[in-house]
Amino acid sequence: MPKHYRENAPITAAQFMDELMRLKRGSVSRRHFLGVTGLGLASAVLAGQTGLLSSPAFAEDLGKQMSIATWPNYHDPATFEAFTAKTGVAVEVNVFGSNEEMLAKLQAGGTGWDLFVPTNYTISTYVKLGLIDPLDMSKLTNYSPATETARFTAEGTISGTTYAVPKNWGTTGIALNSKKIKTPVASWKDFFEVAQNEADTRTIVHDYQLTTIGSALVSLGYSFNSVKPDELAKAEALLVKVKPHLYAINSDYQPAMRAGDAWMTMCWTNDGAQLNRDVPEIKFVLGKDGGEIWSDFYAIPKSAANKPAGYALLNYLMDPANAVKEHIANGAPTTDSRVLSLLPKEITSNTIVYPPDGQLTPLEFGAAVTLTDPARAEVMARFKSA
Amino acid sequence: MALATNTKRRMVTASLVAPAVAWLFIFLVLPFIAMLVFSVGERAPEGGYQPAFTFAQFANLPSRAAAFWNTLFLAPVGAFICLIVAYPVAYYLAVKANPRYRLLLVSLVIVPFWTSLLVRTYAWMYLLGSRGIPNLLSMVGFDDVRILNTHGAVLLGIVYGYLPLMIMPIYVSLEKLDRRLLEASADLGAKPVSTFFSITLPLSLPGVMTGLSLVTILLLGEYLIPQLLGGGKVFFIGNALVDLFLQSRNWPFGSAIAVTLVISVVFVLLIAMRIAWKIAGTRQVDLV
Repeated sequence: MPKHYRENAPITAAQFMDELMRLKRGSVSRRHFLGVTGLGLASAVLAGQTGLLSSPAFAEDLGKQMSIATWPNYHDPATFEAFTAKTGVAVEVNVFGSNEEMLAKLQAGGTGWDLFVPTNYTISTYVKLGLIDPLDMSKLTNYSPATETARFTAEGTISGTTYAVPKNWGTTGIALNSKKIKTPVASWKDFFEVAQNEADTRTIVHDYQLTTIGSALVSLGYSFNSVKPDELAKAEALLVKVKPHLYAINSDYQPAMRAGDAWMTMCWTNDGAQLNRDVPEIKFVLGKDGGEIWSDFYAIPKSAANKPAGYALLNYLMDPANAVKEHIANGAPTTDSRVLSLLPKEITSNTIVYPPDGQLTPLEFGAAVTLTDPARAEVMARFKSA
Repeated sequence: MALATNTKRRMVTASLVAPAVAWLFIFLVLPFIAMLVFSVGERAPEGGYQPAFTFAQFANLPSRAAAFWNTLFLAPVGAFICLIVAYPVAYYLAVKANPRYRLLLVSLVIVPFWTSLLVRTYAWMYLLGSRGIPNLLSMVGFDDVRILNTHGAVLLGIVYGYLPLMIMPIYVSLEKLDRRLLEASADLGAKPVSTFFSITLPLSLPGVMTGLSLVTILLLGEYLIPQLLGGGKVFFIGNALVDLFLQSRNWPFGSAIAVTLVISVVFVLLIAMRIAWKIAGTRQVDLV
């Protein structure tokens, strides 16, 4: 490498490593890092290049960077790459395992998210706390309320104002490795029984109060959403009793299930479909005694730094041609009949993704109170630290 | 005239110390005061903090007893195992290694720090998972060995992650060792073992104590390793804190735990110093 190259470099190798370590430790912001190392300029130039090559589809300045907060294994990475290629906006993806964590980050402020994926029962709280903006529907030309299923979209609209539009719906069921577990599992009661016997030290529950406490409540014959102290106390006793038999408390359970470290887990529809697609012996069942049915939404935080890009990505994702690829990749059922008609038959006939209506009857939507109820939060925290 | 020089000198000292004092005040004292204020408050209805004056948070501390126990037990044990592993390495580097390669060997100890601990801990997850070491063991007849998501895995991760922090201070204190003392000892008829225990070990104690307290203090705040290698089941105080701030959004209780942790750390440090003074028979052991 010629000497003059190094002299002209914005930063020496040693300084670069120093800045990189500071970035990793969180001592400096990404922006600072990109600034001092010259990488910001480099990526801006590259991003600008892509923008120039593609058609200037957006009149508004979308910036170079945006960030989305979402769930594990929930998007097709190709979608974001295609969006970046089209608009020149790089998408940073932040992954969370619970709505509580997303809420905590937004309450603390300074997330930098331009779009995020809250679940149905949390939206009223976000609105109450003033953390999300009403959506400017004129910027979401691809969204079509007429083709949406009202059951899954209703909670995005509060007293006539739309704050969130649906991503997809789904259920919280049980994924189990049928080669390892021979006992039939058809309910949450079975789940907690088998977790202490055949699947001892091979079972995962979510690191998420709604589903972990909710499913324990269901197994005892109570409502998924209960906040009654005596019922919560019984659920806590059950969870603490089961804890020594668990493999992990973790919402990102796919790696352990795929590796065979875990044999059974609480599981969301989309993960169930992905696991079953790649490892056919992993089956997905819904509790016949109850459990959760949910819909996830897209919303834009009030504190978003780059709202134009947030809207642009949201509108892009609402385009059925793009949405259909997302659904094929992540395996979650769609709320939009336009997308449904585009999906291949092997997906629409997959009973993990689209179970018969009868199986959905005992399921409950999460209730807003569970998000803020201090008793549920404390039961979960005590269970984890037990 | 003398007075003026004195004042001037004091001014210089003050201006030299000022940045450090300001730094400590803004980033240590103020946050600690905020923590104290929060710890006597209440959780707001939607989570967070609302002002109050109550000791309810401190009364609730026993509900996290397991986390305190895990931390206060595994931190010193982890540090001690680190010491047992680190001492021979440091001894080799400082005393036995060929001086020509010494610098290279010492820098090899540091090299792992160039990769983020997060990435290295993820690597351990794969090594300890059933497709890693247990898979190798099953080939030689040890079936169903379970390592990942146990206390043992957390301990292993801790020892691995903090080893360099233990090796370096011991190495430094051994390197300063006056070789003539060892020769004198041998000359007077001491066997190598008794030379080690009566000369080398006592003289390296400052390094040992520095390493022990450094690693213990850092471990008391550990979060990442138990989370990843303990599967969310092996819970440290650090994990309890993350939970309270990011899941339950109970800032006052989180603050109460943090205050208690700080006080415990100071307490542990004081005890460690006492022991160090006693062992070294001197008052010149610097711990941090």
